[in-house]
Amino acid sequence: MEHLLEQTLNGLQLGFVYALIAVGYTMVYGIIKLINFAHGDVFMIGAFVAVFGFTSWGLPWPLAILVAMLACAVLGMGIERLAYRPLRIKGAPRIAALITAIGVSLFIEYFTSLDFVFGSDYRNVPRVLPERRWEIFGVSINNVQVLVLVTVLVLVVFLQLVVYRTKVGKAMRAVSQDMDAARLMGIDVDRIIGFTFALGSALAAAAGALFAMAYPQIHPFMGIMPGLKAFTAAVLGGIGSIPGALLGALVMGQVEVLTAAYLTTDFRDAIAFALLILVLLFRPTGLLGKTAPEKV
Amino acid sequence: MRKEMLLPAAAVALLYLVLALLRQAGVIGIYWGQIVDLALITTIQAVGLSLIYGFAGQFSLGHAAFYGLGAYVAAFITRTQGGTPLTFALALLAGAAVAGIVALIIGLPILRLRSDYLGIATLGFGIIVKVMLDNADKLSPVLGGARGMAGIPRLTTFHWVFWLAVLTILIARNLVNSSHGRSCIAVREDEVAADIMGIDTTQFKTLAFVMGCAMAGLAGGLYAHLYSFLHPSSFDFLKSFDVLLVVVLGGLGSLTGTVVTSIGWVFLLEGLRDVLGQQFLDWRWVVYALILIAVMIARPQGLMGGKELSLDMLLRRRAARGGADHGAA
Amino acid sequence: MALLECRNVSRHFGGLRALSGLDLSLEQGEVVGLIGPNGAGKTTVFNVITGVFPPTEGEVLLEGRVLNGLKPYRITQLGIARTFQNIRLFREMSVLHNVMAAMHPRCGYGLVDALLRTARFGRREREMRDEALALLERMNLADRAHDKAGSLPYGDQRRLEIARALATHPKVLLLDEPAAGMNPAEVDELVELIRGIAGDFGLTVLLIEHQMGLVMNLCERLVVLDFGEVIAKGTPGEIQRNPRVLEAYLGKGVV
Repeated sequence: MEHLLEQTLNGLQLGFVYALIAVGYTMVYGIIKLINFAHGDVFMIGAFVAVFGFTSWGLPWPLAILVAMLACAVLGMGIERLAYRPLRIKGAPRIAALITAIGVSLFIEYFTSLDFVFGSDYRNVPRVLPERRWEIFGVSINNVQVLVLVTVLVLVVFLQLVVYRTKVGKAMRAVSQDMDAARLMGIDVDRIIGFTFALGSALAAAAGALFAMAYPQIHPFMGIMPGLKAFTAAVLGGIGSIPGALLGALVMGQVEVLTAAYLTTDFRDAIAFALLILVLLFRPTGLLGKTAPEKV
Repeated sequence: MRKEMLLPAAAVALLYLVLALLRQAGVIGIYWGQIVDLALITTIQAVGLSLIYGFAGQFSLGHAAFYGLGAYVAAFITRTQGGTPLTFALALLAGAAVAGIVALIIGLPILRLRSDYLGIATLGFGIIVKVMLDNADKLSPVLGGARGMAGIPRLTTFHWVFWLAVLTILIARNLVNSSHGRSCIAVREDEVAADIMGIDTTQFKTLAFVMGCAMAGLAGGLYAHLYSFLHPSSFDFLKSFDVLLVVVLGGLGSLTGTVVTSIGWVFLLEGLRDVLGQQFLDWRWVVYALILIAVMIARPQGLMGGKELSLDMLLRRRAARGGADHGAA
Repeated sequence: MALLECRNVSRHFGGLRALSGLDLSLEQGEVVGLIGPNGAGKTTVFNVITGVFPPTEGEVLLEGRVLNGLKPYRITQLGIARTFQNIRLFREMSVLHNVMAAMHPRCGYGLVDALLRTARFGRREREMRDEALALLERMNLADRAHDKAGSLPYGDQRRLEIARALATHPKVLLLDEPAAGMNPAEVDELVELIRGIAGDFGLTVLLIEHQMGLVMNLCERLVVLDFGEVIAKGTPGEIQRNPRVLEAYLGKGVV
C-alpha cells in the first residue's frame, strides 16, 4: 500500500511536469491551431539555462528558474516572429506551419548539439538542494518532490490568474474563439499570439528546470519524448482546453509510472499511447474537448 | 499500348538503361548506387503517403511504422527461408500485404477521427509499433529487438528498386485518375459534401490508407535488403515526419511533386555531406533544418502546389520560352 | 403515393428543438418552396431528409421506403440530391471533376479496372466525361470545365452545385438558397434554368429561398416554417394573404 502511494506520488510529480509543458501546447493550438513541435525543445533550452544558472552562474534556484523562464519567453516569441508569423501573413495552409515547426525543432536540437553550444553529450545535473526525506503516514517524500509539486501549483494558479483575470488573458480567449472578430474589436492579434508563445514557453522552461532537478540528466534531445507525451496529454484532455491539458497530464503521468511499476517497463510507452487511441475512439475530441455537430 | 503512353514509357526505359549502364561501367559507384536505390525506396514510401494525405486528405503521422512492419516481415522471411530471388519476391509481397492488412485493421476504427486527432492517433500507433519492434526478440530471437536485426541477405538491387518504383507510381497514377481517385480527392476537399454526393467516404479513406501503407511496406522490404541490417530506431516517429515533409514539400495532391521531392530530398541530405566536408559534418542537420524552414516559408503550397509535371508541359514550356526569346531578339 | 414524405419529423440538438412534428409530402414533378424567417429550421429539414442529422422522432420516406438510419451517401444513391446554402464544392478539383465525382456510384467499373486501365474503364470514363460536359453545357458552365471550382465567380459556383447534384441522377432535388448573392438578372436566368431542368429531368424540387420573387414565380406550392413548426401551407397566393405568415416575418402588431 505504501508502495502504491509512493508510486502515485512519483506519477503526480511526472504528471505535474507534463502539465506545465502541455498548457503551452494547448494554448498555442487553441489560438492558431498549430501543433508547435518545437515546444519540447524550448523545454530543453529551459532546462539548460536553469542548470547553467545554478551551476556556472551560481544563482539560487528560484532565480535560475526565473531566468530560464525569461530566456525562453524571448525564445518562444522569437520563434513565432521569425518562423510562424511569415506563414500566417501569407495565409499559408496549416500543414506548412506544422512542417516549419518540425524544422525549427530540428534546428534547435542540432544547433545546440554543436560542440561550441551545448555539445551532444549527456550532462549530469548536480543536486540543487541537499537531500531531505520525510515520512508521512509511512510514505517517503523528498524535498525535490515537494519543490516540483509546489512550484507547479504556484505556476498553474498564476496561469489561471493571467488567463481569467487580466485584460491580456481576456484578449487571448477572444482570439482563440474567433481571430477575425477579435481583430475587428481592435485586439492586436499578432501581439496576443506573441504573448501566448511567451507565456507557454516560460512555463515550458520552468518544466525543463524542474525536470532537470527531478531526473538529473540533460542533453539536447531530452525535449523530444517529454514534449511528445505532454502534447499527447493535451490531446487526451481535449486540445485547446487548459483544464483539459492539466487533467490529461495527470492521467499521463500516473499511467506511465504505474505501468512501469506494476506491469511492464518495456511496453510502458506503448500502453500510454494505446490508452490515448482508445480515449480518442470513444471521445474523438478528448476528455474535456467540446463536440459540436458540424454546421452543414 | 495507347499512343499517349508511348513517349513516357520510352523515357522511363531510357532512364533505366542509362542508369543501369552507368552502374555497370562503374561511373556510379557502390556508394552513390546505394543512394540512388535509397532515393527510389523513399519514393515508393512517399508515393504511399501522398495517396493517403496528399490525395485522400487523411493526416497520418505513423507512416514509418508501416515501412518498419514491411521491413521486418520481409527480412524475417528471407532470414528464415533463405535468400533466393523467389523468396525475396514473396518476402516483399508479404511485407506489403502485412502492412496493408494492419492498416485495414487499425484504419477502420481510427479513420473516423478528423485531421489533427487522426494525426495524433497514427503517431501513437507509430510509437506502439516502435516499442513492439524494440521488444520483437521476445517473439523470435531472429528479429533482434533493440539490438537490431543483422544478417539480412543483400538482395535489393537497382533493377528491383527501379521497376518496383515505376510500378508503384503507375498504380498511384491510375488510381488517382479514376473515379475511385476522384472520390478520394472529394473526401479530402469536403468530407460532408462527398458523403452527400453519394460517396461512401469510409470506403475511400480506407482504400487510400491501405494502399498507401502497403506501398510503405513494400519500400520497407526493399530497405531491409539494401543494408542487410535493421534497427527499430530507423522507424520511429521522427522518420514519419521525414516522409510527411517530403510529401508536403512536393505539394499536396501532386504525384510528380512527391517523386521529384523524394529523390531531391535524399540527394540533398547526401549532397550536404559532400559540401560540408568532414570538418563541418555536424552542421549537416542544422543546415538541413534551415533549408526546410526557408523552403516552407518561400513556398508554403509546396514545390508543385497540387499541379502535375508532365513531359508535354516541359516541352511546351521550352517551346514557349524559345518563342519568347525569338520575339525579344 | 407521395414521392417524398416526412411523417411527424422532429430533430433536437441537446435541449434545442430545431424541428418539431414536421409533416411534408412531395408529389412527383412538383416544385415546392420552403420559406420562413432566419433560424426557422429550413436547412434542418434538408439535413434530416439527407441523413446528415437523422430525425430524433418520426420518419422520412422516399417512394414509401423508410430512410431513417441510412447514411447520407446511401440516401443520395436512392435518389435525393441537394445543394448547400454555404457553398461546399470540391474547391481544388476542376469544374468537370466536381460533376464526375458525383457520378461515382454509377461509374460501372471496379478498382481493378481502374488500376489496369481496362477497356471498360476507358469506355465508361469517356461516357461519364461526355455526360458531365453535357450537364455543364446545360448549366452554362461548359467554358469553365477545366478551371478550379474554387476559382469560379459566386453565381457560377451556385450553378455548379446544381450541376453536381444533378450528376447523382436524383429523383428529388433539394436546393438551399440557390439564388443567394445573385443579382436580379442572374436570378431571372436561374428561374428559367430550374424550371427547365425540372421539366427535362422529370425532377421533384424542394427549395429554400428568401427571394420572394423567385419563390412566387417558380413554386406551385409553399410551406412556411417558423420556430421549427409548419405554420402555413398553400399556393403562393394563399400564403401571401395568410396573417400568421405576415406575423412570423414582420412581428406581432404589424398586421
